[in-house]
Amino acid sequence: MAETPLLSVEDLHVRFHTRTRVVEAVRGISFQVGREKVGIVGESGSGKTMTGRAVLRLVRPPGEVTARRLDFLGTDLLTADEKALRAIRGDRISMVMQDPKFSLNPVMKVGRQIAEAYRVHSRASAAETRDKALKMLEAVRIRDPERVYEAYPHEVSGGMGQRIMIAMMMIPDPELMIADEPTSALDVTVQMQVLAILDDLVTQRGMGLMFISHDLNLVASFCDRVIIMYAGRIVETCRASELAQAQHPYTRGLLASLPRVDEPRDALAVLQREAGWRDEESVDARLR
Amino acid sequence: MAASDLQAENGGGLRAWLTTETPASRLQARTVQAYLVWLAFARNPLGLVGLGIVLALILVALFAPLLANHDPFAQDLAARLQPPGSPGHWFGTDELGRDIYSRIVHGAWITLKIVGLVALTAPLAGLIVGTVSGYFGGWVDIVLMRFTDVFLAFPRLILALAFVAALEPGIESAILAIALTSWPPYARIARAETLTIRNSDYINAVRLLGASRLRIIVGHVAPLCLSSVVIRVTLDMAGIILTAAGLGFLGLGAQPPTPEWGAMISAGRKFLLDQWWVATMPGLAIFIVSLGFNLLGDGLRDALDPRSAG
Amino acid sequence: MPASAEAPVPAGPKVEAAQLDVVFGRGAAAVHAVRDVSFQVAQGETFGLVGESGSGKSTVLRALSGLNPDWTGRLEVDGRALGPKRGKAFFKQVQMVFQDPYGSIHPRHTVDRVLSEPADIHGLPDVEGRMLRTLAEVGLGPEFRFRYPHQLSGGQRQRVAIARCLMLEPEILLLDEPTSALDVSVQAEILNLLKRLKAEHALTFILVSHDLAVIAHMCERLAVMNNGRIVEELSVDQLRRHETRQAYSRQLLRASEGYDRDAAREQITYD
Repeated sequence: MAETPLLSVEDLHVRFHTRTRVVEAVRGISFQVGREKVGIVGESGSGKTMTGRAVLRLVRPPGEVTARRLDFLGTDLLTADEKALRAIRGDRISMVMQDPKFSLNPVMKVGRQIAEAYRVHSRASAAETRDKALKMLEAVRIRDPERVYEAYPHEVSGGMGQRIMIAMMMIPDPELMIADEPTSALDVTVQMQVLAILDDLVTQRGMGLMFISHDLNLVASFCDRVIIMYAGRIVETCRASELAQAQHPYTRGLLASLPRVDEPRDALAVLQREAGWRDEESVDARLR
Repeated sequence: MAASDLQAENGGGLRAWLTTETPASRLQARTVQAYLVWLAFARNPLGLVGLGIVLALILVALFAPLLANHDPFAQDLAARLQPPGSPGHWFGTDELGRDIYSRIVHGAWITLKIVGLVALTAPLAGLIVGTVSGYFGGWVDIVLMRFTDVFLAFPRLILALAFVAALEPGIESAILAIALTSWPPYARIARAETLTIRNSDYINAVRLLGASRLRIIVGHVAPLCLSSVVIRVTLDMAGIILTAAGLGFLGLGAQPPTPEWGAMISAGRKFLLDQWWVATMPGLAIFIVSLGFNLLGDGLRDALDPRSAG
Repeated sequence: MPASAEAPVPAGPKVEAAQLDVVFGRGAAAVHAVRDVSFQVAQGETFGLVGESGSGKSTVLRALSGLNPDWTGRLEVDGRALGPKRGKAFFKQVQMVFQDPYGSIHPRHTVDRVLSEPADIHGLPDVEGRMLRTLAEVGLGPEFRFRYPHQLSGGQRQRVAIARCLMLEPEILLLDEPTSALDVSVQAEILNLLKRLKAEHALTFILVSHDLAVIAHMCERLAVMNNGRIVEELSVDQLRRHETRQAYSRQLLRASEGYDRDAAREQITYD
């Protein structure tokens, strides 16, 4: 784990103002991401997705993001204007969403989309751009990059679409990648390949990865560090390898409710939620 | 959940009953849903204006004999073509000395009858054709949709003219002609909705319960098409009123001396330059009622359309 | 097709599929979704079909349920051959739970309407009593009776969908990824519910899932599917002891145990 954090978040709140009340999706969490794989795990409604979006200030009104600190390598993302944010988004911090079908433009060839992503960030010639795009497709282990370059998004499989998305996100060589359920729509075997690519990016290029997922097993086996969220707060954080020894009853309950191939059980443990969990102090998940 | 947002705990018994999360009967469950739609609708001031206009039309039509201060057919040649504001004649009189205000008030009933009968028959026909066509697919779909296309290929007024000419001029023929010419768009809408609904899992689930096709179409598909059809009907109302007025204007709808608004404009056309009010007053009535239906339709669309709901 | 050595099939299977083929489309665009699939499920057993998307596992279930009439081969329930179209008696006996609880319940119908529909269709007596009993059985109180789907959580919806099946007191439940759209804690509740219902009603389950852990937890026997074919059939004990004979099953098993750098490198793509 690197000592210098790429991203420092302190007391982050995401609120939604509806007609009659304010819904708090994220309620005062603090964490940091270094050059490592940080898993953010939680069930639906835990605020994990909003946390990822809030970092890039992608929460739309009536949503509102506040924080004591939202710092990316010295840039204050809270006060940065739209122009500065645009320069950071996709260039230094990139985001991969769950379903590639919604992230790729359906009427534009894959190659052109990647090329365009590249040209936004650099003034390369057309030939150079094409070269780079093909290299990127190769890097995400697409066997026939020339063919995929000329294909439309609907002509590629879901797994390939997700790898193409990652290729697009890799082009500017981001320092931080926020991946929101990047493999949930994929088959387990394809999922492995996509994860391996992300793994390489972290270990070989020193990128930071914020890996948002509902899958405890996956996060435990893939990430370096895990942050467990419940009702907009962090209930626990630990090294991924130590997740099995987690202390918080929520984490333990989630783990116990998972069916396992090699442990036959008559009935799965059912998570009993305690009212007190909601009001517990959020755990500080900054690097120490 | 929307109902809890309303913080109805402190409200009265009726409000609590209307916003409960745990209704005690089907009727209450339905009423609660309707109330939520109403709350969404009531947030739109223009929609409320539209609703007000339409309600006013209904009230005027129902209480026409009380509201009118003259017999709509009584002629008074001595007081012909009086301008608006003349004593006893708020909107003036026409070329036969009849009170325009009273005629418009009585004409509201005719307009309402046309609108009501067309609104009951055309969407129903469209809904049946559209859902059957969409649900069955195959040759049923092809036959029904080509039939619909034939109707859609003609401008509505022209087709209505042909129908009325084949029947005989009169208000009933006008209603029939408008109804016959306005169902195809509803069939199109219902079919499009049905196509997206028919392969959904909730329809599959009912099929696996052993439900008949009739039961699925009537009980499961049609209710989901209904709101888009209703919205379209309200938006079409203005067109229906104008078509009826157009037929009246051309002498193919309501026959004299019936105080139908279109026929009144037609009669007043001859005096448009010197006695503008004879044609303008019924024209204003048509304009206001059409606008009312349009505003109502817009409001309903915003309240019923799940895509625009938050 | 390799038959399992360990799992004995008792005489007279409850459900049988033999040489089942499903082809979508015609000519050059034809997709052979299911190829020569055969399996038998005994009374009271839970049989799992596991595979990735496009493996044909859901297509098998849809052919069996009667949703997809375009299949060839032989399908039998209680030794009686099934045709492409099914009558009410079949639906009384065989019911299906769908993957997405958000899409499998009519959005404008109350729970009351959803549950009374099967009873009305089959002319069953005492709809109200039956409904309240069934709601209680799936763990929902009477206060849920007049709610609309949008007032229910995903888990509650799936309970309603299960209750809808139970209203007909079926003997066989077809489960198409019944928990894959749910949070893990809710998944545990639904899986427990299904296990309890199966024991109480002596039900026979056919469970389709992409999740080997769910299959292992629920099933006595399973078939691994890939590209429309059954790759191999295993008993759950064989699965737990990792006694897979086919490379594809091994790879699936390994992938289901979480991320493994080396496994990812070795992986063969089967597309």
